[in-house]
Amino acid sequence: MMKWIDVCAMEDLQPNSGVCALVNDRQVAIFFIPKETQVYAVSNYDPFSKTNILSRGMIGDLTGQRVVASPMYKQHFNLVTGACLEDDSVSIPVYSVKIENARVLIGVEENS
Amino acid sequence: MKKTLVVIGNGMVGQNFLAGLVNSAIKDHYEVITFCEEPRPAYDRVHLSEFFSGKTAQDLSLVPENFFQDHAITIHLGDKAVKIDRENKTVTSEKGLVIQYDKLVLATGSYPFVPPVPGADRANCLVYRTIEDLEAIQAAAANGKIGAVVGGGLLGLEAAKALKDLGLETHVVEFAPRLMAVQLDDAGGAMLRRKIEGLGVTVHTSKNTNLITDGDKCVNKMCFADGEELETDVILFSAGIRPRDDIARDCGLEVGPRGGIVINNQCATSDPDIYAIGECALWNGMIYGLVAPGYAMARTVVAELAGDAAGFTGADMSTKLKLMGVDVASIGDAHAKTPGAMVYTYQNGATEIYKRLVVSADKKQLLGAVLVGEASGYSTLLQYCLNGIELPENPDALILPHRSDESVGLGPDALPLSAQICSCYDVNKGAICSAVESGCTTLNALKAETKAGTGCGGCVPLLKSVLNSELAKHGYEVNTDICEHFPYTRQDLFNLIRVEQIKTFGDLLAKHGNGMGCDVCKPAVGSILASQWNEFVLSEEHLGLQDTNDTFLANMQKDGTYSVVPRITGGEIKPDMLIVLGQVAKKYNLYTKITGGQRVDLFGAKVDQLPNIWKELIEAGFESGHAYGKSLRTVKSCVGSTWCRYGIDDSVGLAVELENRYKGLRSPHKLKFAVSGCTRECAEAQGKDVGVIATENGWNLYVCGNGGMKPRHADLFATGLDKATLIRYIDRFLSFYVRTADRLQRTSVWMENMEGGLDYLKAVVIDDKLGLCEELEKQMQYVIDTYQCEWKTTIANEDKLKRFRHFVNSDKTDDNVVFVEERGQIRPANEEERKHFNLLEVAE
Repeated sequence: MMKWIDVCAMEDLQPNSGVCALVNDRQVAIFFIPKETQVYAVSNYDPFSKTNILSRGMIGDLTGQRVVASPMYKQHFNLVTGACLEDDSVSIPVYSVKIENARVLIGVEENS
Repeated sequence: MKKTLVVIGNGMVGQNFLAGLVNSAIKDHYEVITFCEEPRPAYDRVHLSEFFSGKTAQDLSLVPENFFQDHAITIHLGDKAVKIDRENKTVTSEKGLVIQYDKLVLATGSYPFVPPVPGADRANCLVYRTIEDLEAIQAAAANGKIGAVVGGGLLGLEAAKALKDLGLETHVVEFAPRLMAVQLDDAGGAMLRRKIEGLGVTVHTSKNTNLITDGDKCVNKMCFADGEELETDVILFSAGIRPRDDIARDCGLEVGPRGGIVINNQCATSDPDIYAIGECALWNGMIYGLVAPGYAMARTVVAELAGDAAGFTGADMSTKLKLMGVDVASIGDAHAKTPGAMVYTYQNGATEIYKRLVVSADKKQLLGAVLVGEASGYSTLLQYCLNGIELPENPDALILPHRSDESVGLGPDALPLSAQICSCYDVNKGAICSAVESGCTTLNALKAETKAGTGCGGCVPLLKSVLNSELAKHGYEVNTDICEHFPYTRQDLFNLIRVEQIKTFGDLLAKHGNGMGCDVCKPAVGSILASQWNEFVLSEEHLGLQDTNDTFLANMQKDGTYSVVPRITGGEIKPDMLIVLGQVAKKYNLYTKITGGQRVDLFGAKVDQLPNIWKELIEAGFESGHAYGKSLRTVKSCVGSTWCRYGIDDSVGLAVELENRYKGLRSPHKLKFAVSGCTRECAEAQGKDVGVIATENGWNLYVCGNGGMKPRHADLFATGLDKATLIRYIDRFLSFYVRTADRLQRTSVWMENMEGGLDYLKAVVIDDKLGLCEELEKQMQYVIDTYQCEWKTTIANEDKLKRFRHFVNSDKTDDNVVFVEERGQIRPANEEERKHFNLLEVAE
């Protein structure tokens, strides 16, 4: 069962950039593209530098994939799948996210 | 009706032949069938020892996925060809297959030579050639402690590495008086021995093994002719190779007196329908035990079948290897056997480096070389040797260590187009140049296109320098698009933004780009917009363009915390201000360090602490030091004429003025300045992008120097200047750099890549050759007039401060950031220490 957790208001998001939310003790990076009213949510933890910083990375697209670049060592992670573009063996968790009534909701599995 | 081509053997050379064949039109005329006695197709025997450092058989494979299927080649794996009937033109296999052939290629390779020592067939006496051999070695090593390799040549030392990787106490037993007797001279062999013994391998030379028998403590005991003994569990024979010619011998093909299938220049055997290639073939009385000549033979046979004129005319036996981490190279006539040859030797006992050059009697041609311990000069020397390039006046400069900035390397431009760059795949410079021309602008593209550098890899540095030289020659004609989102260079983008008065990334992308942008174009455009219009970098439309350092106006450190760097112009600071720095550092528990740029860095600030720290600093009168930006960092100065007995002019005063003038200027890369008060040059101005030195006649201006990874001395740009002229020149110089440089290009590289170099730069800045100077000065004045301290602006803006928290929905901070104390200050905890704190990784 997916449960939606309200984390913040839409206006708390940073346009074309990221913020980090604490969701059930997990750090979730949320990115916002105002032009498309699109939001993405991935883990804030960068497995290469082992730091919680991905929300501070730049977003963009590379060969058609929406990505965030780690601000530490610049690896790119697919915002939809979590896959690392530079290293097949690495990926980061991704989260369901939606906007409802100008609030940002993150989906978590009930039993997790 | 297709003819049938049978290839016996799918080793490195057999596979290379097939790969060459499928790329040739002649493939369509043949039905191709190959036999491979091993259970798997060709793999890389050159890097076999990597099997023990973690590579799998799959990793070592040389056969692309579905290769045989895609090219309709039949491979009989695990089936060995055992008989050739030349009369009926058939090949019979061990499993009983009989195949009719029209043409036959023998690529049966070689087998390791095992000396006829009694006991050589005992348990744990093994050879080192196939993956199955490796598995047997692994199994034997699992129950043993000591291993010995018989043979101190190339392969023997490789095998010794394998034993060492398996954790055995390792011995090398060599019959000759030195290691690598074929390639090295006595002194080179001695140096190699010292190095290898330094790695914990025991070397025994001049040792003739008489008998292998039961050991007392180990499985085996080796008894030597001199009466000594060596107890060992595992014995590997690596005492050379012998051609596998029995199948040829049995069907009456001509073989050499000491083995090897005799071939002519077309690689045909005594039967014109049968070819032999690789280590089984004997050409001109010679067996080539290296892979590159085998590949050359494979190419010859492909050409021969296609009816192209080609011939194998011998191969260069030069080699460069890393043996147990020691660089070893041998080129040409390493033993100076050529009549009249002269020898230069360089030996450094301290660093264990040995180099020897063999040159012709007239000192004009390089005949051979030996390098042990340091082989970076291999490519250059090999080119001299292979292409007969005339040596410099003092050939020993080629092996002496570089102690000044004189350049003795052979630049890629000095090589003829026919120069062979990659010997594994026989790729010459001409082929590389045309590949670059046709769009291979990266090393990877070049490798994929030409295969150069994909064999042993030894030519990669040379390949790269040819690539760079070609790219440089083509200037901007080569693809210099900043990234996939804009088909423009940074300079193009700068001009578009300036001419079309574009103020935001969104507008630029809509008009001239595609997609969303990325972490390459966004900061580059952010920087251009800042140098052109100088708007607040954290305004809503520019926010997403900044790298994390610019976004948080601080420098991210390895643990995700930030450093705080206030500006201290010219390194001059009032005691009260210094006290404030100390108080702030103490209050927020920040690690404090004096930097090389004459200021103070405060480390370990969490993102949510930054605004409070800066509020206090700004109230005390500090401003941003822009350490986070690609912008002016510091203007370093010596104390100058105000205090110094030797000072000619007020270097501190000028440094403060310059730093205040250019602070905040966004540029393609960081900028560092320095001002020295006299020619003693205590501020090291000649190592800076802009350096100023006081003289009796006025200020001397130096430009385009830098320290860092590739230090460069600055060039003298103008002398005897008054201050107004000096500042005018610097204004123009910086504006021109900001306008025309590539992203992340320091001033030094910018100028070196500029056609006309320093003289051209002088013509533009001093003589106004382009008629641009007024505009350049105006642009700089605009940036100076619109300067703002970004931290001051940020702190005054409640909305901007929202961003400076770790969580958008909680006041907690990141519990993954942990400090420990060292020398009385904090530092990030290392991984061991973090375990102690019981931190769990946030992974699912």
